[in-house]
Amino acid sequence: MKNIHKSPWLLHYDGSSCNGCDIEVLACTTPVYDIERFGIVNTGNPMHADIFLITGGINSQNEEVVKQIYSQMPDPKVVIAVGTCACTGGIFKECYNIKGGVDTTIPVDIYVPGCAARPESIIDGVVKGIALFQKKHEDMKKVGKVSNTMN
Amino acid sequence: MMNWEIRVLMTVLFVVLAPFLGGLLDGIDRVITARMQGRKGPGILQPFYDLFKLMNKQLLAVNRIQILMLLSYLVFVILTGMLFFGGFDLLLCFFSLSTAAMFVILASTSTHSPYNSIGSERELMQMMAYEPAVLLTAVGFYLSTGTFKVYEIFNTSVPAIVKAPGFFIGFIFILTIKFRKSPFDISTSHHAHQEIVKGVTTEMAGLDYAMYNLAEWYENIFLYGVVGLFFACSNPWSMLWAFIAIVCVAFLMTLIDNVSARVRWELMLKLTWAITLLSAGVNLLILEFVR
Repeated sequence: MKNIHKSPWLLHYDGSSCNGCDIEVLACTTPVYDIERFGIVNTGNPMHADIFLITGGINSQNEEVVKQIYSQMPDPKVVIAVGTCACTGGIFKECYNIKGGVDTTIPVDIYVPGCAARPESIIDGVVKGIALFQKKHEDMKKVGKVSNTMN
Repeated sequence: MMNWEIRVLMTVLFVVLAPFLGGLLDGIDRVITARMQGRKGPGILQPFYDLFKLMNKQLLAVNRIQILMLLSYLVFVILTGMLFFGGFDLLLCFFSLSTAAMFVILASTSTHSPYNSIGSERELMQMMAYEPAVLLTAVGFYLSTGTFKVYEIFNTSVPAIVKAPGFFIGFIFILTIKFRKSPFDISTSHHAHQEIVKGVTTEMAGLDYAMYNLAEWYENIFLYGVVGLFFACSNPWSMLWAFIAIVCVAFLMTLIDNVSARVRWELMLKLTWAITLLSAGVNLLILEFVR
């Protein structure tokens, strides 16, 4: 089976934000938007996740947490920054405790702008992320470093 | 009716077909769940996509023993089903299933993750809750048909449900625990539900989790087989009743999952033991006195 894009499991983490994007992400799982129709499962476990969806910026406290979660996710994985804060730091950018967007800590693949990002644009970003997830899987197969690594 | 060729055929069919049936049932369950919640939901084949995705992910295992334990779980679950569909002793099937369940706990505790530790504790609580009902089910089959052998139960003239409806109710009640569905999904739960992150399955990634899922599909088919056995007898039409019963039970499980919230383990233990003692116990006493 080549296609793994039909089963992207999503892990949602809320960084330093006003919780606006957080609520919009959860709205995506409701019957109105229903992201499960793409096979997406909103998992709480990094070990099971394929797509790391972050809302809010990075501060000195959650930096390690984000790194930890990212390192616990098995390859291939995709990171999506949702909302202006996650992309650049947003209105919190000048704060003394804020490092900036998510890309200051871990590599980000997809940026979804908006304050707050609309569910439609979040789904749009996730669908782009799914395509990238499939591409990363194929690249991994080409290189031949699929699975079987032990920590 | 049930000679050895059919028994071998059934065993082979189980090993080959159970993953497909189990995955399909899981997919149907997810679609029905989505419809009950007013959503479109994923396709029926979604569990298979999930399984192949997991197989293609990087295998992040904390230690080697976890993989061995999960493989043992898979092997013992398949063995359980083979013993059952091969028509061997029902008690043997249930003890083999308990052994398989122990391997999940061992796989979970080997990781030393706090979420796994709590999950394993709760899994042990669940075993304590459902084991009496499982054992009483075997007793119920013996009292109503006079044998523990599955192929002899198949060959009786009257199905077990006639004399053992109480045991059936007890068994159905603990099925929600075995299927990891609400209200008793406290150690880990299926689909998108989260409890203590993911309980006993928290540290399983990639192929590990794929093996676990596959084993669960085998286990589910075995359990539905036991449900069907309550209705099966030498009359070929009884197979239709068995099929209808399995469909009804599968729907009931999805319904219960969607209308109930997760309970604490104390309530789970009290409820399961009370229902088991009331329905199966009363049934047992009646059968003892009537004979």
